[in-house]
Amino acid sequence: MWFLAPCSFERESAMPQPSISKSMTAGESGLAVVFAVTAFLCVIASAKALDTAFAFHAALSAAASVAVVFGIVNRYFDRPAELPPAEINGRPNYNMGPIKFTAVMAMFWGIAGFLVGLIIASQLAWPALNFDLPWTSFGRLRPLHTSAVIFAFGGNVLIGTSLYVVQKSCRVRLAGDLAPWFVVIGYNFFILVAGTGYLLGVTQSKEYAEPEWYADLWLTIVWVVYLLVFLATIIKRKEPHIFVANWFYLAFIVTIAVLHLGNNPALPVSVFGSKSYVAWGGIQDAMFQWWYGHNAVGFFLTAGFLAIMYYFIPKRADRPIYSYRLSIIHFWALIFLYIWAGPHHLHYTALPDWTQTLGMTFSIMLWMPSWGGMINGLMTLSGAWDKLRTDPVLRMLVVSVAFYGMSTFEGPMMSIKVVNSLSHYTDWTIGHVHSGALGWVGFVSFGALYCLVPWVWNRKGLYSLKLVNWHFWIATLGIVLYISAMWVSGILQGLMWRAYTSLGFLEYSFIESVEAMHPFYIIRAAGGGLFLIGALIMAYNLWMTVRVGEQEVQMPVALQPAE
Amino acid sequence: MKAILTLDNLASGLVTTIWTPVFVAIFLAIIAYALWPRNKAAFDEAAHLPLREE
Repeated sequence: MWFLAPCSFERESAMPQPSISKSMTAGESGLAVVFAVTAFLCVIASAKALDTAFAFHAALSAAASVAVVFGIVNRYFDRPAELPPAEINGRPNYNMGPIKFTAVMAMFWGIAGFLVGLIIASQLAWPALNFDLPWTSFGRLRPLHTSAVIFAFGGNVLIGTSLYVVQKSCRVRLAGDLAPWFVVIGYNFFILVAGTGYLLGVTQSKEYAEPEWYADLWLTIVWVVYLLVFLATIIKRKEPHIFVANWFYLAFIVTIAVLHLGNNPALPVSVFGSKSYVAWGGIQDAMFQWWYGHNAVGFFLTAGFLAIMYYFIPKRADRPIYSYRLSIIHFWALIFLYIWAGPHHLHYTALPDWTQTLGMTFSIMLWMPSWGGMINGLMTLSGAWDKLRTDPVLRMLVVSVAFYGMSTFEGPMMSIKVVNSLSHYTDWTIGHVHSGALGWVGFVSFGALYCLVPWVWNRKGLYSLKLVNWHFWIATLGIVLYISAMWVSGILQGLMWRAYTSLGFLEYSFIESVEAMHPFYIIRAAGGGLFLIGALIMAYNLWMTVRVGEQEVQMPVALQPAE
Repeated sequence: MKAILTLDNLASGLVTTIWTPVFVAIFLAIIAYALWPRNKAAFDEAAHLPLREE
């Protein structure tokens, strides 16, 4: 793939190779054997499968395993006898290949996820767009949208930036040779299995944890390797201090592992079938699910992206972190408080009342770390506020932090039981989620990718800042349309549901409230469409940056490692 | 059941009674560490870490 290693192949053949006998590393031969065996087992599983979706996934895994074996052997023949050194001329020889891969995948999944979001938003406005086909029904496309934007787009941004930041802030090459590639490719294969599964109707029906048992097992392996790569890099660091962004990334990685294992214990009906049943039922399952669900928000969509904030904003603004002490308190307050907030998803359910109140209380306490972190991010611009006028990338990063502040104010407010009695099950929740998802996670990811792509591809800068400006304004307009439509629609919906006549009857039938939503659903779809257009502009801009962008000169290009 | 001394009861009893003060103490210790005047210089330097890498 030329875009991953634009100039390594020609160089290798041109350079005289030192005469050392070349042999496969233990990792190369070991992984090749493991995947050869996996391919064989997957063929058997595919033949014995009880349902077509499982047969398809087993066949897909077999094909992927064969491709991996081929890839490992091919890479072995292409590479020089010695693996890339950890340092060149006393400077760390950073490993950028896997990061480039995640940047490309993030952009791909982002556009796919935004597009599916636009489709399901349009389906809500015009239900005929379901086409009366199972594969295109709202119920199957909705998890495809959420997983594609959160786990595929957001996940690739998090993995890619974490592997970049940990190397740079520890001043050391990424640990492992094949392991980082295993993480980034393995993770994207998990997304592929999960996404195609949704379309085929494979789901364990847990929100944000829909993938079935075999996909969950695969993700566990990938995630443990990710943790090991990250930890091993920190352990061999040259910089004595562990930078705060690495703490946030580590909290994200460790907590996601715990959440994933906690929420997904399930017994498959057969090892040759996709269906499984979760270990516990009833309210225990609900509580586990929302302990998982809300901490996916707290540690996937918050802690990980706060790590991006603490590294990319200082870097882009060329200013130190406003208060490093506050960042330490911010980190630990977030860790101690977030884990208890889950029950606010289960107000007025069979969950014990005290548990609901506990969840509400901790949600409200979260105001403090959230706003502390937001202030720390914004104030980092002290002495550099003028850059907001000239640098649209920095503007995107800063506006993302403002959206973080806004949605983390709104969230605790909605967790208050009396507010929740109006907002729960309405579009207000959808609006709240999207002010966080589009405004905070989306914009901070865009800002990080706009920084990261020129850095890892060794370009002087972006192809066009003007296009970033267009992206910024189009996407911002889209977000405003989206969230304001959902606020109005949600509150209207909530008020209609609780309206009584003087005789004590419900004033509106449910379908009347659905009818009232129609104009807001159209506005929402328009907002989502603008957000998608912004992302397409971005993809073009990044593509042109890599293709025609001017090379950064001071880096010794000839000494770059073969990726 | 509480009267029976099992590892389970002992552990859950201990955990439910003391985890709050223990966590609060740990958190207060972290705040003290973050705000300790002698640590200020090191933290100010760490705030510059992203800016001084090669």
